[in-house]
Amino acid sequence: MITGYGPIQRTVRVWVPVLFFLFVALLPFYWMAITSIKPNSELYSLRANPLLVHAPTLKHYVDLLTTTSFLLWTWNTMLVAVISTAISLVLGIMLAYPLARINFPGAGLLAITVAAVYLVPQPLLFIPLADIINRLDLGNTLTSVILTYPTMLVPFCAWLLLGYFKTVPMELEEAARIDGASRLQTMRKIFLPLCTPGFISAGIFAFTLAQNEFLYALIFLSKSTVRTVPVGVISELIKGDVFYWGQLMAAALLGSIPVAIIYSFFVEHYVSGLTSGAVKG
Amino acid sequence: MTIRSEPLVGIARRPRRPFSLSAWADRGTVFSWLMMAPPILFILAFVGYPFCYGIFLSLESRPVAQPGTFVGLANFIKDAHDPVFWQVVRNTFVYTIIATLLKMIGGLGLALAMNQDFRFKNAIRALLLLPFIVPTVLSTVAFMWMLDPAFSVVNRLLFDLGVPKPGPSWLGNPYLAMFSIIMINTWRGLPFYGISLLAGLQTVPTELYEAATIDGASGWQRFRFVTLPLLKPIILIVTLFSVIFTFADFQLVYVLTHGGPQNATNLLATYAFDIGMGAGQLGLGASVALTMLPALALLIVGITLYLRKKT
Repeated sequence: MITGYGPIQRTVRVWVPVLFFLFVALLPFYWMAITSIKPNSELYSLRANPLLVHAPTLKHYVDLLTTTSFLLWTWNTMLVAVISTAISLVLGIMLAYPLARINFPGAGLLAITVAAVYLVPQPLLFIPLADIINRLDLGNTLTSVILTYPTMLVPFCAWLLLGYFKTVPMELEEAARIDGASRLQTMRKIFLPLCTPGFISAGIFAFTLAQNEFLYALIFLSKSTVRTVPVGVISELIKGDVFYWGQLMAAALLGSIPVAIIYSFFVEHYVSGLTSGAVKG
Repeated sequence: MTIRSEPLVGIARRPRRPFSLSAWADRGTVFSWLMMAPPILFILAFVGYPFCYGIFLSLESRPVAQPGTFVGLANFIKDAHDPVFWQVVRNTFVYTIIATLLKMIGGLGLALAMNQDFRFKNAIRALLLLPFIVPTVLSTVAFMWMLDPAFSVVNRLLFDLGVPKPGPSWLGNPYLAMFSIIMINTWRGLPFYGISLLAGLQTVPTELYEAATIDGASGWQRFRFVTLPLLKPIILIVTLFSVIFTFADFQLVYVLTHGGPQNATNLLATYAFDIGMGAGQLGLGASVALTMLPALALLIVGITLYLRKKT
């Protein structure tokens, strides 16, 4: 870029805004971390400097892991996220492959419908779904969320994969067809193995969306043993007006770390996946 | 390929030449629909059916665990006479419009700041994305603690800057509570905007900037007449996405304020939850949720038409 500024001015121009955004983005996380290792005497002291910790302790973490069902909630969350992601990936592939690779009447319209279904927000569906889950007698089972999470994840995966599939050249499949392979064989043996990177990124996004889900889990899961992390934290670590802030912050941090680590490796995929519809069209 | 004769049976070609490949195209269609049947049936069962059932519920008086009775549009009429409902509608629009504007402007700033050359760029970008990817409920709990009436760190810092104690009641004052949820929503959504716009910025060819500079354009003019027009499509699509998810927001408000104080931060989604789940009035709750539909439908149709134009 052409700039007429000296090195110092340039440094200021670059770093002041970047550091400002970093500060705003990270302050709450710093606050979570520092709160989670403060002893209660410091937490509820109005005199100590709130931004520092004098006698760090892991007590809140120990309490969280031993006196609450946090580990069980983590297990539930993982289980639900893995299964609903797997279902959504398979169904998403089945939906996206013909839409992306086969020119049949109505394909364009159907692809647009998939995008529209992805945009239908949960608050529009949760009341009828609650009644349906009740009638199916699935309340307080992990099945209820494993069945309902794919309602947002299938269109999401299908939409991401549709964009990805379109970038794969047609030649290999054409060659396979000429050699007499059936459509199913072409898809399974030639095409799908080429798309592993696309499956990885769609799977990761779906997995994290499932981990973050709150509304359905809140409505369908009211027994402690079947709760997921977000619902467990909100309904059991906040007891009436008594707040266990140390534990809450420890839980918030522990619940955030897995997602954060996964994302930090896949930022690139994430960005290109989310914006592919807009940029490439 | 330059073969001009009739294609042999079984040779796969793009089905662009309908006259001789009609049988083949048929098989393609059959295969497609067979393959898509399971996901389509799933979506019909768990999105299509609940959606229609929701409309049906909204026409019923339906206390939880009791059979419903058809009441026509009575629920919607009840909503229209409910002052809280109108307050909630106003809240939802205020929340959506202000938060989206803040995210748009802040996101553009973030994208421009990140579109420069500096060290640790990838690491910083990953860190900046954190607010967006961390589970909303968990980061909102952190904000709840930061704005706690007795031990708010924000107020502690304000006190050190000279604001007298006890400091603002962030979640107790109706205006400040709305301000707080808007700021937190902005905090969370800004990275999505910023990173998407950054992806857009990186596709702007540097030649355009050089040409503009040679023609004597100032920094602002380069931004106004080169960057902004090229970013317009991506700004539009990100904004539409953001509006939909802000308009239907539930988690943040449910966790932070439960819609209070005195419904000052109640949004359509949380109000529908209060009525449908809290008070057990499924029919009335469904009618409140459905009032989101016209605005949402307009947006969704807008996005899909836009995407269709692009494809």
